[in-house]
Amino acid sequence: MADSTQKVSIVTPERVIYGDEARFVHVRGTDGDLGFLPGHAPLISSLRPGLLRIQKEGQWSTFVVAGGFVEVRDSRVVVLANSAERPEEIDLARAEKAKERAGKRLAAKDPEIDVVRAKAALARATARIEAAGQIRR
Amino acid sequence: MPALRDFRRRIKSVKSTQKICKAMKAVATAKMARAQATVIAARPYGRQLHEVLGRVASAAAGADVQNPLLAVREPKKVCYVVVTADRGLCGGFNSNLLRTAVRELNKWDEFKLVAVGRKCRNFFRFREWERDAEFIGLGEDIRFEQGQEIARFVINKYIAGEYDAVYMVYSKFVNILVQQPTVVKLLPVEPPAGETAAKAEGGEEAAAPKKSRVDYIFEPSAADVLDCLLPRYVENSVYRGLIESKASEQSARMMAMDAATKNAGEMIDRLTLQMNRLRQEGITKELLDIVGGAAALE
Repeated sequence: MADSTQKVSIVTPERVIYGDEARFVHVRGTDGDLGFLPGHAPLISSLRPGLLRIQKEGQWSTFVVAGGFVEVRDSRVVVLANSAERPEEIDLARAEKAKERAGKRLAAKDPEIDVVRAKAALARATARIEAAGQIRR
Repeated sequence: MPALRDFRRRIKSVKSTQKICKAMKAVATAKMARAQATVIAARPYGRQLHEVLGRVASAAAGADVQNPLLAVREPKKVCYVVVTADRGLCGGFNSNLLRTAVRELNKWDEFKLVAVGRKCRNFFRFREWERDAEFIGLGEDIRFEQGQEIARFVINKYIAGEYDAVYMVYSKFVNILVQQPTVVKLLPVEPPAGETAAKAEGGEEAAAPKKSRVDYIFEPSAADVLDCLLPRYVENSVYRGLIESKASEQSARMMAMDAATKNAGEMIDRLTLQMNRLRQEGITKELLDIVGGAAALE
């Protein structure tokens, strides 16, 4: 059992970013982190923006997911991401700017501003920075 | 009787038109390849989303979950999102689509419009039909956010009760030769019922064999997942409409420019023939004059 794998794919509207057999998947669910090993019970969850990690043959790969859903069944994990990036694709300067902008917006408390969207933008930017930091270390 | 010089001028002009058509065809071909790749790349996501929605919806239906985007109301205020190209010179692409749209609109006494693309904005403006929103100049590479923006607009209006139903008219990309004006219902969302899920998505591969109902765990809950899923589903439908429309536009333009290049070639051949005939005639006449003159001298 120790080396059994499951099918994992990360799909975004623009492309299929990952599709492979892997051992373990770790995602950020809306209400907390979730981890899936092969043979997990069927599950559908929404995701919050954050890191997604996949373990294959002892190697970890990291992705940044900007919210979405995950479906698990029959030892298949399908991540439907609103958008997903590999850490090396992240533009750190842009993410930091986005974080600053979103933070300002939330602080301004302007009724015109869509708080939900600003918060989502903040979470996305934070996740990107975190991921970029990991890969550079 | 046109002079030789007129023919030469005419041929030169047609030739340069032909060159332009040829260049436009080459550009359209390249853009079409890209647009087509986008359409294909978007299919797995659309298919998965469709399947997940089907599952969540069937689970939620059992639990009697309500969602504003599922609420069916009597369609009094109907909104149509009409998607055309920004530019012309693509054969019957825009006019075919607008014809379908108008036929569809005639079914209702009253309707609201959301215009996507410059051609359809101008069409409606010319008829002085009011538009609730216009989305123009989306560019060559459609991004998901652009679909999202349009979707959010209609979703908000729908939740506010300003629309009772929302349809989208766009050109479906069947293949390079065929583009089909299509009408789809965006709101209220009609969740795919299990078996028909994959078929309706138009994916080339049939549905994964539908297992007897699996009991899913929902995180945080079926209702919450549905809350996130439904807007996403609408956004993706709009995005798909936009990219298919773009691929259709480019392939229609490619075909139109191909035909135009061929027609220009035929025209050049015909004009050259006429010109040569005229020249030959002139030479024959001159010869006759000389021969006649020589004969008179003897």
